[in-house]
Amino acid sequence: MIGLKIENLGFRTAGPLSLSIPAGECVGVRGPSGSGKTLFLRAVADIDSHTGKVFLNGTESADLPAPEWRKQVGMLPAESAWWADTVGEHFSRSGGESPEPETDNWLKWLGFEAEVMDWEIARLSRGERQRLALVRLLANHPKALLLDEPTANLDAENITRMETLVKTYQRENKTPMIWVSHDTWQLDRVASRRLLLKDGGLTDE
Amino acid sequence: MNIISLSPADLSLAAMLLIALAALSVRMKLGLAWQIIIAGLRTTVQLSLIGFVLKVIFAHAHVGWITLIACMMLMVAGWEVMRRQKRRFRGWWGFGVGTISMSVSSFSITLIALTLIISVNPWYTPQYAIPLLGMLLGNTMTGIAIGLDRMTQAAWDQRNIIETRLMLGQDWNQAIRDIRTESIRSGLIPIINSMSVAGLVSLPGMMTGQILAGNPPAEAVKYQILIMFLIAGGTGFGTSIAIWLGARRLSDERQRLCLDRLKNTG
Repeated sequence: MIGLKIENLGFRTAGPLSLSIPAGECVGVRGPSGSGKTLFLRAVADIDSHTGKVFLNGTESADLPAPEWRKQVGMLPAESAWWADTVGEHFSRSGGESPEPETDNWLKWLGFEAEVMDWEIARLSRGERQRLALVRLLANHPKALLLDEPTANLDAENITRMETLVKTYQRENKTPMIWVSHDTWQLDRVASRRLLLKDGGLTDE
Repeated sequence: MNIISLSPADLSLAAMLLIALAALSVRMKLGLAWQIIIAGLRTTVQLSLIGFVLKVIFAHAHVGWITLIACMMLMVAGWEVMRRQKRRFRGWWGFGVGTISMSVSSFSITLIALTLIISVNPWYTPQYAIPLLGMLLGNTMTGIAIGLDRMTQAAWDQRNIIETRLMLGQDWNQAIRDIRTESIRSGLIPIINSMSVAGLVSLPGMMTGQILAGNPPAEAVKYQILIMFLIAGGTGFGTSIAIWLGARRLSDERQRLCLDRLKNTG
């Protein structure tokens, strides 16, 4: 199958969960706090141990080296983390390399100039970090996207920018996507299906 | 030069210092009085015992006895490394990481020193083997304990960073590299500092002991230089092995961060 296929996925708080997301489709997931929405995404990204299987375009996660799987199934956590001093150091893999032109476009889309690469991480607001974290993730060219409350720290204008960028990337690359949010209106805007994760199971809403 | 022998009365006078320190602790409410007294008592009892054991061992040099003593020293050092971790590995690994790395580094360096550098015959001559191994284990133990403690604590505190790096497709070695480097560095800083100020600020304990015992300063200095190089090598290799083993233990076959393999001991 082309797309993301989850078979009997089980983890600490939920499961077994099964779900098929065809290429280019976005599934919205909501649920009460503690229901395991983040753990669900972490299991799909193979960051946490789990039972069951996950396939991307027919290839099972276990058949790829873990770093390669995670590069293809890009997960954006709710709180972005940064380890080097400047923004640019998180983009260039071998140091000193400037980011691709596509990355520049995405930065502009989210309201940044190219000079943002020289900015110090310590000076960034939470919202700026979150927007930059999305660009950092897209720069890997993931084939599937797992977004965990990606706009939680943003104002209305930046929420729209971020949603538009993600939807454009998704449309152009036919990316299957899971978008976790508390905001049902947002899920109605971005997702074609909405699921509820509750009491250890996924149900259609 | 004759050695001035110390009488029990001389040592009692020195012990007054500890009692004074304990009194100060009570007065300043530091809560350390009993710890100071007990540590002082332990020093006296443990060193007296080892003095007695060494006397017997020196009189009956046998490779079996030396090996037994060396293994006991290693076990105690391994236990001490484990005890000093705020977040130690669960199960056998808590004891194993420090013990394995110390045995590899301290034992091999002591053997090299005995056979190739000092060339003492037989190589297990206890007057050389036991003090050398003791100095190496004592210092390596400190470096490994500091390094491991730093690594497990940093992995715990920086889990978001490690996992974000993994989510971005970095492999485990890349994701843990900064923490590993910092941990090895912190384990090595004490010995680098000691080497840097040796003779300028401090006269190292072994050399001071030899001079006080009546040996010519030039000989004492040569042995001290040898010891410091051995300690630096032992600490450096031991800490690197411990951090390498520990970093591997923190991840599984799918390169996930496994903090559940650590337990918090307060």
